[in-house]
Amino acid sequence: MTDVVTTVAVAMFAGAVRVSTPFLFVSLGECLTEKSGRINLGLEGTLVFGAMSAYAVSYLSGSPWVGVLAAGLAGSLFGALHGAICRLPKVSDIAIGIALMLFGTGFAFFLGKGFIQPTAPRLQAIDLGFLVSDPQLKVALQINPLFFIGLILAVVLWWGFANTRIGLVVRMTGDSAATARAMGVSVDGVRFWATTVGGFLAGVGGAFLSLFYPGSWNEGLSSGQGLMAVALVIFSRWNPLACVAAALLFGAAGALGPALQSVGISQGYHFFNAAPHILTLAIMIATSSSKRSLKGAPGELSITK
Amino acid sequence: MSAVTADPVSPEPSRLAALGPAVEAVIVPIGAVAAAAALFSLFLLVLGKSPLTFFELLWRGGFGTAFSWQNTLIRTAPLIFTALCVALPARLGLMIIGGEGALVIGGFAAAVVALPMIGVMPGWVAMPVMFAAAALAGALWIGFVGYLRHVRAVNETIASLLMFYIAVAVLNFFVEGPLRSPTDPNKPSTAPIGADFKVGSIPGLDVHWGLVVGVVLAIAAHVLMTRTTFGFAARVTGGNVRAARAQGLPVGKLMIATCALAGACAGIAGYFEVAAVSGKANASLIAGYGFTGILVSFLARHNPIAIPPVAVLFGGLAAAGGLIQRRMGLPDASVQVLQGLIFLFILVSETVYGRLSLFSPETRR
Repeated sequence: MTDVVTTVAVAMFAGAVRVSTPFLFVSLGECLTEKSGRINLGLEGTLVFGAMSAYAVSYLSGSPWVGVLAAGLAGSLFGALHGAICRLPKVSDIAIGIALMLFGTGFAFFLGKGFIQPTAPRLQAIDLGFLVSDPQLKVALQINPLFFIGLILAVVLWWGFANTRIGLVVRMTGDSAATARAMGVSVDGVRFWATTVGGFLAGVGGAFLSLFYPGSWNEGLSSGQGLMAVALVIFSRWNPLACVAAALLFGAAGALGPALQSVGISQGYHFFNAAPHILTLAIMIATSSSKRSLKGAPGELSITK
Repeated sequence: MSAVTADPVSPEPSRLAALGPAVEAVIVPIGAVAAAAALFSLFLLVLGKSPLTFFELLWRGGFGTAFSWQNTLIRTAPLIFTALCVALPARLGLMIIGGEGALVIGGFAAAVVALPMIGVMPGWVAMPVMFAAAALAGALWIGFVGYLRHVRAVNETIASLLMFYIAVAVLNFFVEGPLRSPTDPNKPSTAPIGADFKVGSIPGLDVHWGLVVGVVLAIAAHVLMTRTTFGFAARVTGGNVRAARAQGLPVGKLMIATCALAGACAGIAGYFEVAAVSGKANASLIAGYGFTGILVSFLARHNPIAIPPVAVLFGGLAAAGGLIQRRMGLPDASVQVLQGLIFLFILVSETVYGRLSLFSPETRR
C-alpha cells in the first residue's frame, strides 16, 4: 500500500513539474496583461496556436528551439491583435478574448492538419537524475529547461513590477487609466505591449505542450489550460511568484489522472482528468467574495469590477 | 404618412433618423460578415484555392437544394437554443460561454430518465418527462453559475467554461462506464431510447420539431425581455447594476433566474439532439453547437428575435462544411476559421455604431 502511495506521490511530483510549465507561462503572460488593466481570455487559442506553430516549425526547421521562438512570435501576433482591437472604443476585451479563443483554435486546427502525422524533433530535458538514487525519482528529475526559464521569468516579473520604471508604468496603467494619462503615458500603448508580450509567453507555453509534454500535436492537445491559467492569475492575486506555486498545484492536479492510471486505478479516470477544472472552480469559489473587491486586483480590470 | 405631407419643411430627416438605429443594426452586421468573407477569400487565394468555388459550395451545401435546406434546418434548432443561452444573460451584462456544457448535461439527463421508462411507459408520458429533465438539468447547470456569480462574485465566463469540461467528464464517465450499452460496440453510448420516445418530423419537412420549439422560445424570450417587468428589471440591471440595486431590484435573483432560463434553453437543445437526432446519449453531443451559439448571439446583438435567422445562416455554414471539405480538400476546420473571422469582425463593428454619418441625426439637420 505504501508503495502505491509513494508511486502516486512521486508521479504527481514529476507531473507537477512537467504539467505546470504551460500553466506557468500562460499565467505569467496573463498576469502581465492583467496588471496593465486588460484581460485576455483568448490565451487558450494562443496556447493551441503556439503548440501548432512550434511543432510545425520544429518539424520543418529541425530545431525545436526555433519552434519555441516561432510559437512565441505567433502568440505575440495574437496578443497584438487583441491589443489593437481593444483600443477601439466600445469593444469589450472579454468578448474579443472569446472570439480569439475560437479563432485561434480553429486556425490552428486548419493549418496544423498536415502536421499531425510527422514526428518533429522535441526539446531535450535537463537530466538531474544524478542527484538521487531512486529510479522513479531519476525519471521524475528529467526537467525541461523551459521550466527553469519560467521560474526565472517569474522572479524577474515580480522584481520588475516593484522596482523598474516599466513595471511601475504598467501597474499605474492597470490601476488608474486617468492617472496614467495625466502622467503622459499612452494607456492604449502600454496595454498593447503588455498584451503582446503576454501573448508571446502564452505561445511559448503552447510550444512546451507540443514539443515536450505530451510532446505531439493533435487537436485534443489542450483542454482549457489556457483558460485555467487565467483563473489561476486571479487566485494568485496578480503576484508572479504566487503564479509559480499555483501552477505547480495545478500541475499536480493534472497529473493525478495519469498517476492513478499508472498504478492500475482507472475507474473514474474521466473525473481525475477533470481534476484541474474542478480544482479551478473550487478555488475560484473559495477565494472570491461579493462583499469586498479582491486584494491586489488592478483597479481597471473589467473582470473584477 | 399624412404627417409627412402636412409638414413639407422637415420631412424625411427626422423619420430617417428615427430609423437610423434599426438600419444600422442590419447594415453594420452585414458589412462585418462581408468583410470577414472578403478576408477569408484572400486567405483562400493565398492557399491557391478558389473563393468562388468555396462560396458556391457553401451555397449549394447549405441552401441550394431541398436536401441541403433540411440539413441546415436540423443544425439551426440547437443553434437557436444555445444562442438564447448566451443572449438572455447578456441582457444582464453576464457573459456565459459554457452553453455547450448545459447542452451535454441536458441531453444526458434526457437519456438517463428515458432508460427506466423504455417499454414501461407510453411515449406521451416519457417525452414530456425527458424534455423537463433536460431543461431542468440545463437550468441547474447554468443557474449554478449565476448563483456563484451572485453569492461569491465568481466570474461567470470562466466558471461556465470550466463547467463545460466537468459536463464532458460526467457524460464520458457514465457513457463509457455504468450506462454503457453493449448495442454499440464502436462508439460508447447509452442504450437507444427507442422509436416510441423519438421526436418526429414537422409534416412536409424532414426536420424535427425542435426548430419550431426554438422559434417559439426565441419569440417568448423576446416578449419576456421587452414586454414584462422581469425583462425590464433585467435590462436595467444590465445597463447599470448600481442603479438597479438602488432601485431595490432583486439583482441576485434576476441573475440566477436568467442564468437558469438560459441553461434550460441549452438543455432543451441537448434533449432534441438525443430525442430527435441520435436517439441515445454519447460523445456526439459535444458537436460545438454551444460555441457556435455564442457567435450567433453576438451576430444577433443578443436580440432573441434576430437569433433564428442568424442561426439559419450558421446552420447552413455547418451543413456545407462536409461538402466543402470533400470537394476542395480543405480541412474541416475551415468553417471554424471563417466563423472566427466573422466573430472578430462583428466585435470590431461594435465600434462603428452611432458613428456612421449616414445614419446620425446631427449631420442630417
